[in-house]
Amino acid sequence: MTAPLPRSLWILGATALAFLTVPLVAVGIRVPWQDLPSLLSTAAALDALQLSLITCLASTAISFVLGVPLALLISRLATTPATILRTMVTLPMVLPPVVAGLALLMALGRRGVLGATFERWGIEIGFTTAAVVIAQSFVAMPFLVVAVEGALRSTGVRHEVVAATLGSSPLSTLFRVTLPRMAPALASGAALCFARALGEFGATLTFAGSLQGVTRTMPLEIYLQRESDTASALALSVVLIMVAIIILAATGWLTRRSDRGRHAH
Amino acid sequence: MSRRVRSALVVGCATLATSLTACGSDSAPAANQDSRPAPVTVFAAASLTTVFPRIAELEPELDVRFSFDGSATLVDQLAAGAPADLLATADETTMDRATAGGLVLDDPMIFATNELTLIVPKDNPGKITGVNQSLDGKKLVVCAPEVPCGRATQRLAKKLGVTLTPVSEESKVTDVRGKVESGEADAGIVYTTDAAVVSDRVRAFSIPGAENVLNNYPAAAVAASDNQPTARQFLLLLASPGAQRILQDAGFGAP
Repeated sequence: MTAPLPRSLWILGATALAFLTVPLVAVGIRVPWQDLPSLLSTAAALDALQLSLITCLASTAISFVLGVPLALLISRLATTPATILRTMVTLPMVLPPVVAGLALLMALGRRGVLGATFERWGIEIGFTTAAVVIAQSFVAMPFLVVAVEGALRSTGVRHEVVAATLGSSPLSTLFRVTLPRMAPALASGAALCFARALGEFGATLTFAGSLQGVTRTMPLEIYLQRESDTASALALSVVLIMVAIIILAATGWLTRRSDRGRHAH
Repeated sequence: MSRRVRSALVVGCATLATSLTACGSDSAPAANQDSRPAPVTVFAAASLTTVFPRIAELEPELDVRFSFDGSATLVDQLAAGAPADLLATADETTMDRATAGGLVLDDPMIFATNELTLIVPKDNPGKITGVNQSLDGKKLVVCAPEVPCGRATQRLAKKLGVTLTPVSEESKVTDVRGKVESGEADAGIVYTTDAAVVSDRVRAFSIPGAENVLNNYPAAAVAASDNQPTARQFLLLLASPGAQRILQDAGFGAP
């Protein structure tokens, strides 16, 4: 069954589509494709790509292990406390990245609220790869929490209640009922989280610094290359755009599967 | 260097004179009624943010609009057709890019210089005493070699025969300053002008030999500008004693 839309919507919709896609297509037009292999095989570019992938995997893993429990807790709360917690959790997602970086600095920096204590214990976070992972987790974990919590809330707890009446312990219900049913949402939430971590820039720059192979991820390398070599910056941008497309396509596919799964039940 | 200033002065005066005579002899009544020069848009390196507006105040009849950013960003913006009348960068390498691309008129004028210095947080937690062994194992932050201050840092290290092992190479000199100011880093290499801005929060150590690795600040009229007479008027202003005093008060060196 189709519901026709007014014709005039086409013009506005097409304008929006062009607005969102033309800039990225322009990158594709301007990038020197024949030089791409040499531009991308420099030590700096390879280090940046490797560092980005490793740190994003680490921050996605951390976000998963800590974020899924938080999503579960929020999903079982009453409306008002859930709304308050959800707002608090969403905040790092909408903050300007530089503000996120400053906030991390105030908390975990050498002279920060917690960082000063860590420093006394001999733990130094600034200028390390760990700082990059912390910055990425800070801005990316909310995406996972919000996605998973939304899915949990819309699914409800009918199955869990049934499992409990059949004598299943809470832990066993979590691993045998809730998590398997949530698998597609968990995967798409993790993919979104990874994509956001991959693009993390401002917080890393402010909080972690920028050193090849240690803290200079892809976005920071692009930012730096742009100062001297636009072709190189464009080539690196193409790689990031492609990785992002792959992740978003995978997310879309998983979300479709998750919707279908939900309707089937 | 002073010869370059003088040559620019001569060119500027000539242009100004031509434009003035043109105004006087022309029978265009509109030009006579509104003698205010057209607004001039100046694209200037971020390190000039505080001094340029003060210099513009020296000639209140000039309507100057500023856009401050990293030098390379400004050149990229010009290449993409951003409307500007004058470009002032923090080093000659970046200006050369603009000249090579035909974005500015040839022969930029050097109007100031800047020197590198070592800064540490006021309480000096790393007990740094200068660019020497006291930096070993300490958290040093410098500019990346891709940007003007980093290129100068590299040249200076080479001249001094030292190998710097920074924990971070920033894209902006202000980020180096910020990391020292906040105490995240034990030391940083910045321009003397940056050190002057936060002199209450950092201690500066002059680096011997830094005076031989000066960063020159060139300015040039933008080729695509339709307001070159006013752009040149601002160039002249930069070379004036009043402007030079403002620059030197902020820690810049004379050209």
